[in-house]
Amino acid sequence: MMTALLAVLRRDLRLALRQGADSLMVVAFFVITVTLFPFGVGPEQAVLERISSGVVWVTALLAALLSLDRLFQADYEDGSLDLLTLTPTPTLVLVVGKMVAHWLTTGLPLMVASPVLALLLHMRAEGYGVLLAAMALGTPSLSLIGGVGAALILGARRGGVLLSLLVLPLYVPILVFGVSAVEAAVMGLDATPQLMILGALLLGGLALCPWAAAAALKQAVA
Amino acid sequence: MVPRIMRHHPPPASATAPSPPATTFATDLRFPDLRFEGRGLVCLRGERIVFGNLGFGLGPGEALLLLGPNGSGKSSLLRLMAGLLRPLAGELGWHDGPVRADPERHHARTRYVGHTDAVKPVLTAAETLRFWARVCAETAPSRAALDAAVAEALARLDLTRLADVPGRMLSAGQRRRLNLARLLAAPAPLWLMDEPTTALDRASVRILEDLLAEHRARGGMIALSTHQTVDLPGARVLDLDAFAVDPLDLHADPEMRAAHLAESPA
Repeated sequence: MMTALLAVLRRDLRLALRQGADSLMVVAFFVITVTLFPFGVGPEQAVLERISSGVVWVTALLAALLSLDRLFQADYEDGSLDLLTLTPTPTLVLVVGKMVAHWLTTGLPLMVASPVLALLLHMRAEGYGVLLAAMALGTPSLSLIGGVGAALILGARRGGVLLSLLVLPLYVPILVFGVSAVEAAVMGLDATPQLMILGALLLGGLALCPWAAAAALKQAVA
Repeated sequence: MVPRIMRHHPPPASATAPSPPATTFATDLRFPDLRFEGRGLVCLRGERIVFGNLGFGLGPGEALLLLGPNGSGKSSLLRLMAGLLRPLAGELGWHDGPVRADPERHHARTRYVGHTDAVKPVLTAAETLRFWARVCAETAPSRAALDAAVAEALARLDLTRLADVPGRMLSAGQRRRLNLARLLAAPAPLWLMDEPTTALDRASVRILEDLLAEHRARGGMIALSTHQTVDLPGARVLDLDAFAVDPLDLHADPEMRAAHLAESPA
């Protein structure tokens, strides 16, 4: 069972590495969109500092969304998905492998890029550590919840639009607690409660999302 | 004792030796005595009943040839046998229990070859095969066993010199051969093949026929649909047309029948 999970994970990482553009595009989108804000709202330090955590989080959500529609689509189109659901390993396990690979190729780069972008928006130094921690707990949830959406839209026309309608509302709790953790840290308050809620969301997602995505995939190949 | 069906190849030297563990690919591999059968199967696609009350049985070394015009449900039946589709009614099972009771065991015993070849453009032929051999194996194969199985499967399908060629450079026929090599790299007793000869040239079809004969000689089972002639000596023929359902038969009630007629003027 572990072998199959690792095999799927390794294959997806290798695919992402060789088709490097996808991963790079997500980070590039993240960076460019964040840099648009100083142009839009003006270079005033106080304004940028005030909106920094919100901008970083919202942009990270959108960037993660951008990469989701390919998560299962390529496998669906070339028939790999049929065969993956027909292996002796429960589909649930393989879905976990694919979601982990998605996080490693999109969530992790977003997390690494976020403090740099926060610096660009004049975030106070107290916020960086908590921003990284919140991203570390929040971005895996984005891959998990997004994976369910990506599995549900298989076979649908204009899936990309449908995907954002399905997934963005479900991202709201992560956004709310992710931003409020950073705000608390910047104001010198304790951010532990927010981080714990993000952790709880991650655990809940880990328990429910692979299961839901596997059910949606079975529906898609039928 | 498993019935031996006509083989095209000289039997391997160690054919009488005790069979090795099933995880290693070996020419003297033998499958245990299994039976796979379906009873009263009804398949619904969209709002149309593709076939009804269909039954079949497959024992060691047996083959089932699915015939019928386009749309008669050959692909649907194979997808149903594979476990991708669920029958509307009827029972699909092995001699030791229905498929539904243990889908993972069913998947470990089945290999499905569909219309698509599941070849990634950026992975080489050897990498693709290695991946499928690993995920399809019930127990983790050792590195050496995996390498040997992949090399042997590539050699059988005449793909050895293409082992390091990425999928996007392979022709349709070569991709199909790579898909068929999967059956050898990850052995399983039941092969479900949906038009496996598509895109294959004559020489490759002959290789496929040899593989089918060998598989049956080992006690394997085959269900195959095709529009070309594939040499499957002694295969039973299942004509899907015989199980087509007239929608009017479903409404024994004259009023319903009239309603259906009014709805769909033929």
